[in-house]
Amino acid sequence: MENEFTYAVYSSFLNEHKLLGSRDKKNGAVFLPPRPLNPQNYSVDMEWLEFSGKGTLEAYTIVYIAPTAMIEEGFDRKNPYCVGIVKTEEGPMVSAFIKDVDVLHPETIKVGTAVKASFIDRGEGEARQSFLAFQPA
Amino acid sequence: MSTKKLARGVALVGAGMSKFGAFKGKTSRDLFVEAFVEMLASVDKPFDPKSVDALYVGNYSSDLFENQGHTAPIMASWVGLTPIPAVRVEDACASAGVALREGILAIASGLCDIVVVGGVEKMTDLPTEKVTDTLATAADSQFEIPAGFTFPGFYAAMATSYMAAYGATPETFMKVGIKNHNHGSLNEKAQFGAKISTLMEVRKASAAKKGLPIPEWKDELEFLKDERANPIIAWPMRLYDCSPVSDGAAVVLLVSEELAAKFSDHPIFVAGVGQASDGALHDREELNSIPSARLAGQKAYEMAGIQPKDIDFAEVHDCFTIAEIIASEDLGFFEKGEGWKAAEAGETASSGKKPINLSGGLKSKGHPVGASGVGQVVEVWKQLRGQAGERQLPGKLKFGLTHNVGGTGQTCVVHIFERRD
Repeated sequence: MENEFTYAVYSSFLNEHKLLGSRDKKNGAVFLPPRPLNPQNYSVDMEWLEFSGKGTLEAYTIVYIAPTAMIEEGFDRKNPYCVGIVKTEEGPMVSAFIKDVDVLHPETIKVGTAVKASFIDRGEGEARQSFLAFQPA
Repeated sequence: MSTKKLARGVALVGAGMSKFGAFKGKTSRDLFVEAFVEMLASVDKPFDPKSVDALYVGNYSSDLFENQGHTAPIMASWVGLTPIPAVRVEDACASAGVALREGILAIASGLCDIVVVGGVEKMTDLPTEKVTDTLATAADSQFEIPAGFTFPGFYAAMATSYMAAYGATPETFMKVGIKNHNHGSLNEKAQFGAKISTLMEVRKASAAKKGLPIPEWKDELEFLKDERANPIIAWPMRLYDCSPVSDGAAVVLLVSEELAAKFSDHPIFVAGVGQASDGALHDREELNSIPSARLAGQKAYEMAGIQPKDIDFAEVHDCFTIAEIIASEDLGFFEKGEGWKAAEAGETASSGKKPINLSGGLKSKGHPVGASGVGQVVEVWKQLRGQAGERQLPGKLKFGLTHNVGGTGQTCVVHIFERRD
């Protein structure tokens, strides 16, 4: 299973609060989210790579009209949240929830801010699933 | 790589659309019939619909919006086109633009001579949050949506990247909305065909009537900056930065170039076609430009043998106001980072040097997602033939361009149309 570079395995690492992507053993290209096939050279000879969790915020928004899944987490117009795109130290960019920023003063959040990986747990016991988030470093 | 050409030419000889809006009690097929009937009336010379060889229908998600799959044969049946091949094309909000390209390719291949291409979407039966969820399926449901992204959110994030790189402000985006509502106020098919200034006066009058304090907005920008009038959807995108949830359909008639004169006194020719694909937003080199749009535009210009400066006017995919600014750069109308300045200077208004979205765009006209790509073509058809009424661009027009984006740019399709007579 650990040799399958799937969403299921990626999620199981997130549940351990670890951020792992895949790396092409041949040319060292790194992928986050993990991919089973390197689109540049079609190599499928991959290995898992644990990311440092360091990165910079490249783009963000404060969501006031939330999708159903986020409404169920308690977010709405009165309780908006930040989501963004982070460029990891290793290179790839990833979409993630952004914690610990002043959502009511979005102009204070700056593109280029150094961030570090964090994790959000939703559900309990067997149903617990961790999601990737970042927060200012 | 050498420039690819169509194996034979294709002409646009008819175009029609339903009104765009929220139509309780009307389903996709009703709207499609409305558009089809207007298309028939637009063909200059007598034409028998039974001679059509194939139907292509752009539709994003009738499955989730209306609990109806297998949509294309239903449309064929309701407009009297069965038993010809009927094909549904889905590439999110670019579904109709891509359906158009498929119709063009069918004629260019020699297998078809006469093709009907349409687009249709019925979105307003679902509550807003279900519409949001349905649209979200056009993004990456494993790696984007669980993070908390919504479609307004994606474009809002692109806007923060654009603002940080080039200095635009949320006010810039508001000005795009004001411009498109000005254009849409002259379009009888528009869902929100009122100027922002008119909407502002309506709000004032409504407050006065209810005996409430009358808001003191001194101009449209002040109105748009007021959270009560223009709430944030996904910062910096506010309500009036977002295209609406819409019902609507649009239909065009394509024939091979050699048949064009048999159908039309003033046919419009397909000069260039370009389409490209891409991965999720976070998988791209940059977040304030749409690479698939640049590539699709480049291919279309090459096929047409023209430059961006040759385009007289364009209908671009302004699903959000920031998207229009990015499109104006991706299509080469303005240098990278300059599009917002051009928008602020009025260069993209009907009176400017590069008019964009004379129809009102998706913002004012409405955005029935699977119909929008063909809806854009209806405007180009009218403008190039001098039939756009009050919003007709003056002077002799030769080239009109349409730019239709799926998702955040996982798909983009660009068409260039030419009037030769």
